[in-house]
Amino acid sequence: MKALVPLAAILGVAGLAYAGGLLPGTRALLGVVLPYAAMGIFLIGFSFRVVRWAWSALPFHIPTTCGQQKSLGWIRSNPIENPNHKAGVAARMALEILLFRSLFRNSQARLEEEGPRLLYAENKWLWLGALAFHWSLLVVLVRHLRYFLSPVPAFLPALDAVDGFLQIGAPQLFVTDAVIVAALLYLLARRFANGRVRYLSLPGDFFALFLLLGIAITGILMRYFTKVDLEGIKQLALGLVTFSPLVPASVGPLFFVHLTFASLLLAYFPFSKLMHMGGIFLSPTRNLANDSRARRHVNPWDYPVKVHTYQEWEEEFHDKIASAGLPLEKERTRA
Amino acid sequence: MRDKFWILGGLLLFVGVATLPTWRDWETHANTRPPALVLPAHAKQCVAPLDFMRGSHMQLLLDWRQSAVRENNPTYVAYDGKTYPKSLTKTCLSCHDKREFCDRCHDYVGARTPYCWNCHVDPALGKGAAR
Repeated sequence: MKALVPLAAILGVAGLAYAGGLLPGTRALLGVVLPYAAMGIFLIGFSFRVVRWAWSALPFHIPTTCGQQKSLGWIRSNPIENPNHKAGVAARMALEILLFRSLFRNSQARLEEEGPRLLYAENKWLWLGALAFHWSLLVVLVRHLRYFLSPVPAFLPALDAVDGFLQIGAPQLFVTDAVIVAALLYLLARRFANGRVRYLSLPGDFFALFLLLGIAITGILMRYFTKVDLEGIKQLALGLVTFSPLVPASVGPLFFVHLTFASLLLAYFPFSKLMHMGGIFLSPTRNLANDSRARRHVNPWDYPVKVHTYQEWEEEFHDKIASAGLPLEKERTRA
Repeated sequence: MRDKFWILGGLLLFVGVATLPTWRDWETHANTRPPALVLPAHAKQCVAPLDFMRGSHMQLLLDWRQSAVRENNPTYVAYDGKTYPKSLTKTCLSCHDKREFCDRCHDYVGARTPYCWNCHVDPALGKGAAR
């Protein structure tokens, strides 16, 4: 059920977009109004969430670490896993953002029947799938710049040559096209196959995966199978980014499904877990140096609290304490 | 406060990158119109209808290579019954000019110059060089 509703939603959107791509009245709506609205929601929503994060209170210094902290000179510290300086933090963040370091450390708990014993084993598949997906997505996005730029900068055909180095078919098979679909299918299968992950999965998790799969599949269909009029699509894309939009008649309905999916992804982005794109930079457990023993961090949100110290309390009840024969801090320190 | 400077700076950078095509096209005064192609004067009909050629000419060329070079089947029977030799140089380039026809569209949509030209040459180019 958690997967069926998102799947039905995606298929419904695909059906509506395909029908809309056939009808002359809705082509401008899907090809012009929808992308602009989606981009507006994306930019404003993304900025809004990041600004709200920036203004939220961070009272304590809370890096989580997994290496030896810098202490005495003769104890070897781990400056990246337990950074005590900005440079270490930068290295740690770079490893996290570019190589998903914390997923690489993923381990899976498993209850062994005989015993029973609880076993923890390394599990690198999630790391590999996530890395393959994210890097492929980046390459695919950069490749799409060729539709939005005129003249096309020279590095884009060069990137196509690298991505198509297998030289299979015409147009040439892009490695990232195959990898992104394989990775998405793995990430999806993982949510079904593993009982605990299935229990933890929410409709939003499936929605994002189905949506990304939909975008990839429609793109692949257009490039390798149904074929499209690239000239018309380039005109449409260029028109959008130069604010002189037009929808050429030669653009087929499948393209509108692709474009609607992409617009939906943009519009859905700020409201979803996909915001981890911005959030990863703002994770206080990762982007702070673990120097709270070397430097004093005062909570900037502290306000003056009326306190009654022990000294004041002892002063107040001095006679009573003394007459009961109880020890007094004041006299002990004097002696 | 110093954090906010970095966060807002990063956000500004992100918005800039996300809208990069608009800035770049504004700077280069990008022309959204596709190139007007010069159609061959002496031929009215291509080996396949326009819609098919637009999307699938690369597939046609690959099929031609396969059947002519590897299956020894060098003649193409077009949809209207006419026959053509399955040859990029003899058929396609006898009407079309690489620079005036192929390249202009490929450049416009940013489709990479394919490896056809690693072996084939444009006969028009050869004539110019001979002189």
